[in-house]
This record gives sequence, structure tokens and C-alpha cells, in this order.
Amino acid sequence: MVVWTDFERSTIENIFSKINYEVVGPAAISRCLIVYPWTQRYFGGFGNLYNAAAIIDNPKVAAHGLVVLKGLELAQKNMDNIKATFADLSKLHSEKLLVDPDNFKLLTDCLAIVVAAELGEDFTAEVHAVFQKFLAVVVASLRKQYY
Amino acid sequence: MSLSDKDKSNVINFWSKVEPKASEMGGEALGRMLTAYPQTKTYFSHWGDLSPGSSKVRKHGATIMSAVGKAVRNIDNLTRHLAQLSDLHAFQLRVDPANFKILAHNIILVMAMYFPADFTPEIHVSVDKFLSSLAWALSEKYR
Repeated sequence: MVVWTDFERSTIENIFSKINYEVVGPAAISRCLIVYPWTQRYFGGFGNLYNAAAIIDNPKVAAHGLVVLKGLELAQKNMDNIKATFADLSKLHSEKLLVDPDNFKLLTDCLAIVVAAELGEDFTAEVHAVFQKFLAVVVASLRKQYY
Repeated sequence: MSLSDKDKSNVINFWSKVEPKASEMGGEALGRMLTAYPQTKTYFSHWGDLSPGSSKVRKHGATIMSAVGKAVRNIDNLTRHLAQLSDLHAFQLRVDPANFKILAHNIILVMAMYFPADFTPEIHVSVDKFLSSLAWALSEKYR
């Protein structure tokens, strides 16, 4: 069972209230597809992913970035029960999407980097640590239904 | 995943922007790593104060970042250039090489914080590859 302190809860809530979803979501996912190009294997239907510029301009990538971020917001709103909240999503990624779960870490690393760039000084070491913990719980929950 | 000529020039060019702030960024990266990845504190228990602002943390972060800068200047020869440091890490410090990845992530994150516009995804991938090559060269002597 994950225990959250009051500081951790408010920190995560703060982060989600400060970041611009329309910027952070697309930036994180496009960065992941560029920095770790093997992750493109899951997005065959997205059209032109030929180079960094194409990925950044790709509207399907941007739209999906938003989907992912909304998923994370769901976790933030259900912080005491992320595992149960994500049970169906985990099954989806495992059974339908067939995503290698090691990729989750790649995406969340990119997300941390994008959020750090967005928040600048406000992303202190303590805030960073809390965010990393939150992302680790999200990743663990998404891995849960893999058999 | 070896470094292409483009990767090398990306790293060298970006590093020239980083250089003036390298010590500060190194301290930040190390401080963040110790805070966000507490398992890494096990290597520094003899320091006492492991909070991000502590002088020991900032100083050591600067030392590390200066070594990274030297590696950038020897980018064509990382294994040979890092041979002594590899000995040190392998036989004396015995840092589990998995931690090199963790520190690399924190260095990259600090780069994105300090240079949000310049640290584009293309630069990011080259720097990521460079830090992986550096980690590889550093772990050469382990076994």
C-alpha cells in the first residue's frame, strides 16, 4: 500500500495544476519517440514519424500526448488507489496494445524532464523526488496486470 | 548505439553552452539524484549531510560534471580517456553501474531545466547516447 504524506499529496496536486497539459503531454510523448526511437513501434498508425520535426508536428502524436496526460491526471485524482484505478488500463496495455512494460519508464523519464523544463526553479529537488515517486507508482500499477 | 558524427557535434556544441554553468548544474544533478533516488545515498553515507544544498554534495557534483566536460573533449576516445576513472569505480568505489543511468537521467533533467529552449529532443538524444557511452567506458574495468 502506498503511503502519501500531506506534502506529497499537495505537491502532486500543485504540479498538475501548474503544468499546461496541451504543452506537456505532446512534448513528453514526442520526446520519447525521438530519444528512444524503438518506442515508435507502437504507433504504426500515426503516419509520418520519419524525423524529429515530423514527430513534433504530427497531430496524432500530440493528441495521444494529451490522452496519456489525462490518464496521469486520473491517477492524481485517485492517489490512494492507483493500482485499482489502472487495472483496466494495465490489461489494455498488456493484452491489446502489447507494450513492453520497460517502455513505461522511458515515457515517464521524458515526462519528468519536460515537467522540469516547464516548471524551472519551482521543480525543486524535493518536488522532483515526489514526482518521481508518483511516476514510479503509476508505472508499477501499469505493470501489474502483465502475466 | 555508437555516436554518429552528428551526435558528437551536437554534444560538443551544446556543452559549450553548459560549460559556464557546469559546476552548478553538477551539484544540482547530484543533489536531485540523492533526493529522488534515495537508494543512491548508500554510496555517500560517510558524508553526513546529504541534502541537496550541502557543500559536499555541491562540490562533488561539480567534480563529476568537470569530468563529464573532459570526456566531451575526448569524445573520440572515451574508453582510453576514462581508463583510470574506470579503475577507480571498478576496484575502489564499486558503484553498481546501474546507478550511472540514474545519474545520467538527473544530469539530463537539469540540462532541460537550465536550457529549456536549447535542449531540444535532437540534442537530448545525442546527449543521452553520449552519457550511455560514458557510462559504458566507466564500467569497462568492472569485469
